[in-house]
Amino acid sequence: MHPLRRQRLQIVILIIFAGACASALIIYALGQNANFFYTPTQIEEGQAPKGTLIRAGGMVVEGSVKRDDISLAVEFSVTDGAAILRVRHIGILPDLFAEGEAAIAAGRIDDNNILQATEVLAKHDEKYTPPEVADSMNATYQSRQEAKAELK
Amino acid sequence: MSPELGHLAVIAALCLSFFQAVIPMVGSFVGHRSWMRLGHSLALGQFVFLGLAFVCLISVFIQDDFSVAYVANNSNTLLPLHYKVSAVWGAHEGSLLLWTLILAGWSGAIALFSGHMPQTFSARVLSILGFISLGFLLFLLFTSNPFERLLPVSPIEGRDLNPLLQDFGLIVHPPMLYMGYVGSSVPFAFAIAALIGGQFDSAWARWSRPWINTSWVFLTLGISLGSWWAYYELGWGGWWFWDPVENASFMPWLMSTALVHSVAATEKRGVFRSWTLLLAILSFSLSLLGAFLVRSGILTSVHSFANDPERGIFILWFLVIVVGASLLLFAIRSPQMANSTTHRGWSRETILLVNNVLLVTSTATIFIGTLYPLFSDVFQLGKISVGAPYFNFFFVPLMIILMLALGFAGFTRWGSTDVNLLLRRGLFPGLLSFFIALLVPALLTDSSSGSSYSFTAGITLFVSAWVLFMTIEDIYLKSRGSWINAKRFTCSYWGMVIAHIGLAACALGVGMSSSYDEQRDLRMMPGDAVKISDYEFRFGGVNRVDNANFVAFRGEVSVTDKTGMTINLFPEKRNYKAGGQVMTEAAIDASLARDLYVSLGEPLQGEAWAVRLQIKPLVRFIWLGSVLIGFGGLLAAFDKRYRRRKKLLDGQSNRGGLAFE
Amino acid sequence: MNKFAVFAPLALFLGLSMILFLGLDKDPSILPSALVDKEFPEFDLMALDDEHRQITREELLGDVTLVNVWASWCYACSVEHNMLNKLSDRGVKIVGLNYKDQVEDAMLWLENLGDPFVYSVSDIRGRLGLDLGVYGAPETFLVDAQGIIRYRRVGVIDERVWRNEFRDLYAELLVEAQ
Repeated sequence: MHPLRRQRLQIVILIIFAGACASALIIYALGQNANFFYTPTQIEEGQAPKGTLIRAGGMVVEGSVKRDDISLAVEFSVTDGAAILRVRHIGILPDLFAEGEAAIAAGRIDDNNILQATEVLAKHDEKYTPPEVADSMNATYQSRQEAKAELK
Repeated sequence: MSPELGHLAVIAALCLSFFQAVIPMVGSFVGHRSWMRLGHSLALGQFVFLGLAFVCLISVFIQDDFSVAYVANNSNTLLPLHYKVSAVWGAHEGSLLLWTLILAGWSGAIALFSGHMPQTFSARVLSILGFISLGFLLFLLFTSNPFERLLPVSPIEGRDLNPLLQDFGLIVHPPMLYMGYVGSSVPFAFAIAALIGGQFDSAWARWSRPWINTSWVFLTLGISLGSWWAYYELGWGGWWFWDPVENASFMPWLMSTALVHSVAATEKRGVFRSWTLLLAILSFSLSLLGAFLVRSGILTSVHSFANDPERGIFILWFLVIVVGASLLLFAIRSPQMANSTTHRGWSRETILLVNNVLLVTSTATIFIGTLYPLFSDVFQLGKISVGAPYFNFFFVPLMIILMLALGFAGFTRWGSTDVNLLLRRGLFPGLLSFFIALLVPALLTDSSSGSSYSFTAGITLFVSAWVLFMTIEDIYLKSRGSWINAKRFTCSYWGMVIAHIGLAACALGVGMSSSYDEQRDLRMMPGDAVKISDYEFRFGGVNRVDNANFVAFRGEVSVTDKTGMTINLFPEKRNYKAGGQVMTEAAIDASLARDLYVSLGEPLQGEAWAVRLQIKPLVRFIWLGSVLIGFGGLLAAFDKRYRRRKKLLDGQSNRGGLAFE
Repeated sequence: MNKFAVFAPLALFLGLSMILFLGLDKDPSILPSALVDKEFPEFDLMALDDEHRQITREELLGDVTLVNVWASWCYACSVEHNMLNKLSDRGVKIVGLNYKDQVEDAMLWLENLGDPFVYSVSDIRGRLGLDLGVYGAPETFLVDAQGIIRYRRVGVIDERVWRNEFRDLYAELLVEAQ
């Protein structure tokens, strides 16, 4: 083969190989670090994987926030209007975290279906509801309406 | 100064931008000199009108004219004067006006400083900038008018400004950042003009370089300011979150950095012409894409400005037209000729190519990570967020490789380089860096309890020291050990040196503060003390302090170091009355060696509070390093050879420069 | 760069644009149909201007109503407000849902900008807003005389939006109600 052509072919092969490696790495890294969001309903129904890092959230149930007396452990519950998810966290809760407001937690579901959260996020703004939470509330309302319609 | 005057001024600017987009470009094709010259006056005229509009908007804020919707939503009679002014660019509409003003400013600067370029070229550049102005002004007038009125009934008092924005950082960060974002439109315009005219020689590269460097400097400083602001203002000690909006500014910066280096090769050797053109187009495209991501609400982020899909559609169409047309033009017209020189092996060209590839790859991975959640949502794959580990997984190794290559850069030669020479040059600094990387973390392991040798610190120290020592060696050898010779080096060279050392400093700050950061979230009662590393933190309790527009809970924490010196820190938790916002004001004791960072968490039972205590070694180096990078770039941009008029070459000033870059 | 590689950036960009357009399309304000043809939720809230008066869903029955979600902290609402004033002048019955707001702030806001609402209910905690799946303010629901939601608009209503999205349906529902 003509030497120039061979060199060109080598470069093309190199680029394809590098591209394939890069793609594989990216797919791997995304797979490891893309955190899916699950609603309390989905978690109750067992749709969420246990032990993997996931995100979940909803409205913080009034009266559910309990702080430990000695450590910084705290437990609270979130709801999407249909199911309730218990969340445990050790640490400081964000500033705008409050009962009756939306919160999202990142962590792992344990065997008791409790989310052991490594991170808790509340909205950053007085009037911001995370779309995931708003969507899940919407879905709950819809299914409630459908259930009502069926009963009629 | 009425809002109507400002509104009219914007409309006038719009008309001018339309003519600026059309007439000089047409003139450049038919050879009509006065039409080509018209671009310059139109650009300056636009700047005057937009300046007038901006002044009107500022005065409307100062006068507390709440009949203007934008003022009513972003200001308040109780706001201090300087925050009223900065509120002008604190939200979507006003910041957009700032954007167009800065664009007009850059265009005006081109109009004034393009005397040494051929008229057809500068006319086309101004036309392209005019087209971009046109797009943004249309966007402003039709979807985001800051002068819109609330009539016939207008509020007596405005809303409170978000307390996060009542801060020095937010006064300077947006203008600086926009100077960079918008500034990337200049290299873009140069590239498009070159593609239209078919001229991509070193002359073109020489005209572009100062503009490329200057806009890059602003972007560097803007991002740095943003990071520093987040660190002290958000209250939790973080300084980079791989947030979509941060990424939206970082990606153009990475591409611009590649461009800064690529155009150097194009100027010196006429190589990488396609790379340079493509990088100039992509930097600006990413800038526009960033504007789209931030202002359309398509990505949920802490920072998003607006949640209006109508605006999103407008920007997206503009983006598609501008970027699509440029990439098409690139595909059709990019240099088809072979490079005029060839390079082999480990030449300087190769190193710069490696640099380009690494930076573009980093950008691509960040790009994918930022847009993947959107992709996943659109194709019903689930609601996903991509965490920081993904970004670090790629970015850190790529940067390490880049810095290793950087060390060698000074010793490479154009055309080809003797590999053995490189290895010889690298041997001593390499060993020295290795030694430091081995020793320092080992020493530091003793003083912290139960920790092991930190590999992250080791690697950080190695690459930072490597870059530093190789740079010093380069200076030493090029000046042959004589300071007198060194003083004759060009600004270009010193700029490069300072910027590279800045990078090493920045990397050192990032790596060391990440490796040796100590953070404790604790429940503390008044009188409690805790020892972290070499410091003792004593909590003194929290007092309530009432202010005009907020109630502060002021804590006292005294920190004693191992010599017995004590300082007092006063972190605060503020509840703002008007909007109900809560702010965490951290107390920071800053020094080069370490920052002590204390913030209040939340009140617990009785007098106990949750408190976050942090020791962050060398964190200041991050921002000092980036300032050095910016300063280096500025120095390089003002090198004599760009400021030279059509005079004869000065033999003396040339000697130190050209051979080394 | 060879002949085909130069087109790669353009091709990638066009692919990206399509995804971005689709992403915008998914935005709730363009597809707010989840609640259409469902009953307006039950509620029992205090009237904004009269703390002794409770208002329930019953009051919505019998007339075609626009239920507008608004708040004093909402900038876009102030922009929309004049349009609402005009609509109420033309005889459209508008009920306000004061969302996550303070009563004093809301009353002051109405005093300053005019009150197009026959009455407003005070949804301080946002419970009703939650049941409606409200993302924020302003949002407007077109409710028929039987209390069924027939249309939902997320975002500001101006003349153009009224003409294109509301007017004809509103007229139809009025006829139906006779």
